[in-house]
Amino acid sequence: MQEILSCRNVMVDFSGFKALQGVNLDVKKGEILFLIGPNGAGKTTLLDVICKKTKLTAGTVLFDGKISLEKLPEYKIVHEGVVRKFQAPSIFIHLTPFENLEIAMKQKKGLFSILLAKMSRLEKEKIDSLLNKIGLFDVRNETASSLSHGQKQWLEIGMQLIQEPKLLLLDEPIAGMSGLERTKTGELMQEISQICTVLVVEHDMDFVRKYSTRVIVMHEGKVLSEGTMQEIQENEEVKNVYLGRSG
Amino acid sequence: MIKKYRQGAYYGIFFLFLSVAPFFLTDFRAGLLAKFLCYGIIAVGISLLWGYTGILSLGHGVFFGLGAYCMAMYLKLEASPSGIPDFMEWNGITELPFIWTMFKNPVFAIAAAVLVPSLIAAFIGYVTFKNRIKGVFFSIISQAVVVVTVTLFIGAQQITGGTSGLTNFFTVFQVPLTDSGTKTILYYVTVFTLFLIMALSFGLTKTRFGKILIAIRDGENRLRFLGYNPTGYKVFIYALSAAFAGLAGVLFVLQVGIISPEMMGIIPSVEMVLWAAIGGRFSILGAAAGAILTNSAKSYLSESYPEFWTIFLGALFLVVVLYLPNGLAGLVEKVKLRFAKKEKKEEVKHAGDSLVS
Ligand SMILES: Nc1ncnc2c1ncn2[C@@H]1O[C@H](COP(=O)(O)OP(=O)(O)OP(=O)(O)O)[C@@H](O)[C@H]1O
Ligand SMILES: [Mg+2]
Repeated sequence: MQEILSCRNVMVDFSGFKALQGVNLDVKKGEILFLIGPNGAGKTTLLDVICKKTKLTAGTVLFDGKISLEKLPEYKIVHEGVVRKFQAPSIFIHLTPFENLEIAMKQKKGLFSILLAKMSRLEKEKIDSLLNKIGLFDVRNETASSLSHGQKQWLEIGMQLIQEPKLLLLDEPIAGMSGLERTKTGELMQEISQICTVLVVEHDMDFVRKYSTRVIVMHEGKVLSEGTMQEIQENEEVKNVYLGRSG
Repeated sequence: MIKKYRQGAYYGIFFLFLSVAPFFLTDFRAGLLAKFLCYGIIAVGISLLWGYTGILSLGHGVFFGLGAYCMAMYLKLEASPSGIPDFMEWNGITELPFIWTMFKNPVFAIAAAVLVPSLIAAFIGYVTFKNRIKGVFFSIISQAVVVVTVTLFIGAQQITGGTSGLTNFFTVFQVPLTDSGTKTILYYVTVFTLFLIMALSFGLTKTRFGKILIAIRDGENRLRFLGYNPTGYKVFIYALSAAFAGLAGVLFVLQVGIISPEMMGIIPSVEMVLWAAIGGRFSILGAAAGAILTNSAKSYLSESYPEFWTIFLGALFLVVVLYLPNGLAGLVEKVKLRFAKKEKKEEVKHAGDSLVS
């Protein structure tokens, strides 16, 4: 399988504290790759580096074999098809779900294109069908601040989907969700992986077991081990630093 | 749907009121109202910039002033038969400075009144927004621009007229400015301009662009991770609101007959923000109405109790900040909601009645 993303020797130094100490990691096209590891291992930091929320101190992040993401500003990384979902819901609460999707939608996002933009039938159908898929069609015209926590999470996933990403970065997508909401999110994620590659940070081992195609364990700013969930579970080192503690 | 009609109705009432007001007001009051309408145009720009986009400029006095000066230069030249403004002659200047020569052309003067403020805003905006300077830091920079500009205008007394500014105009396009006919025409031109500005702004807020503005206000960084570069958007809206202020300056000078550095200083700049805050910065109509109401109160109070005005303005601002974050427009909305709830309760009661009977 072909790599969609390759991190080579990625280092991040927070004024003396080395959060990432030379991470080497490949994401293969079409997989659902889970990133696990104890608190403070640097999982979020790695996602931050990929989407340029955090600047790396050394190393490269190569996307699609040719684009060095670390050289692009945030919004251009998005244009390349790398889309990030943050841990905290980051929808726009004064807009409706429909409007949130409208601005997130894949389109030309420069000032003049947006000034001249008019909602086409096709766009409206696209938004409506996604609203149906994430179960928000009935509340599409309410302000987003009135949505439940789970609904906000789905709206956000919807906002990533409608950008038609090539690589989706999710940070603890099911944190704070009820059992039913978790299952729904997992299914949504599997559906997404039909059209794009997914890199997920998650602590919930049942969730990882159920939906991962491959798992990478991080510890103290480095990749500790990788393989299928089963291989990972049998790895002594991993048991010691992580699984032994959290189950 | 109903909400749409109601919005339309508010706008209708507002402009109906403005159209008939001159028939019921003395010339003096009508003149004041005309001035307040100019302020309304500025407040609309501030609503777009601050209310919708979350950028607080404390320096719009400069844009207003630059627009006013551009127009004033043309008027001054028209009022100087020798071709050289009186204050220059007193300074012994015998040849018109180059900058001034261009303002003989009224089209140039009006175009400059709109373009100069928006280009300056675009420049300041680009430099600050590109470097991700925002919030209080931007507000402070916008104030610094005021201080610099006012100082420059006072210092360059030979071409700007110094602290006394530019005044003593007689005609515009050869028509006497003090004629009541001219005044009436200018008043309606101002009403119409305000209408166009409000319609344009209201329209903008309803487009996809308007939603981006709100998104910038609510989470500029999040918007970056949706693939937008907010810089261009912020520069555009800042420049647009500066252009509005410049246009307001043109209409102001035509009707008030004077512009001086003091009128574009820190205090007026802060007052402009207060108008929008008091009327309701999240509402185009609220901001415009806020400018008119606040200034009406100001002229009433400062005529009757001159020492009270500043205290009153301060108190009003406190009340708005503490209890009415959405300004008077928010108050109207609140009252309406309360009534709507009452109505609903009644309806439910009636429904209950009919079930029983
Ligand atoms: N901006 C920052 N400045 C300084 N230190 C930081 C910063 N961001 C993260 N860190 C530190 O870097 C380390 C890695 O943090 P990171 O958030 O990547 O961990 P994580 O693997 O996502 O943990 P968790 O499972 O708790 O989310 C932590 O020790 C954290 O305190
Ligand atoms: Mg984390």
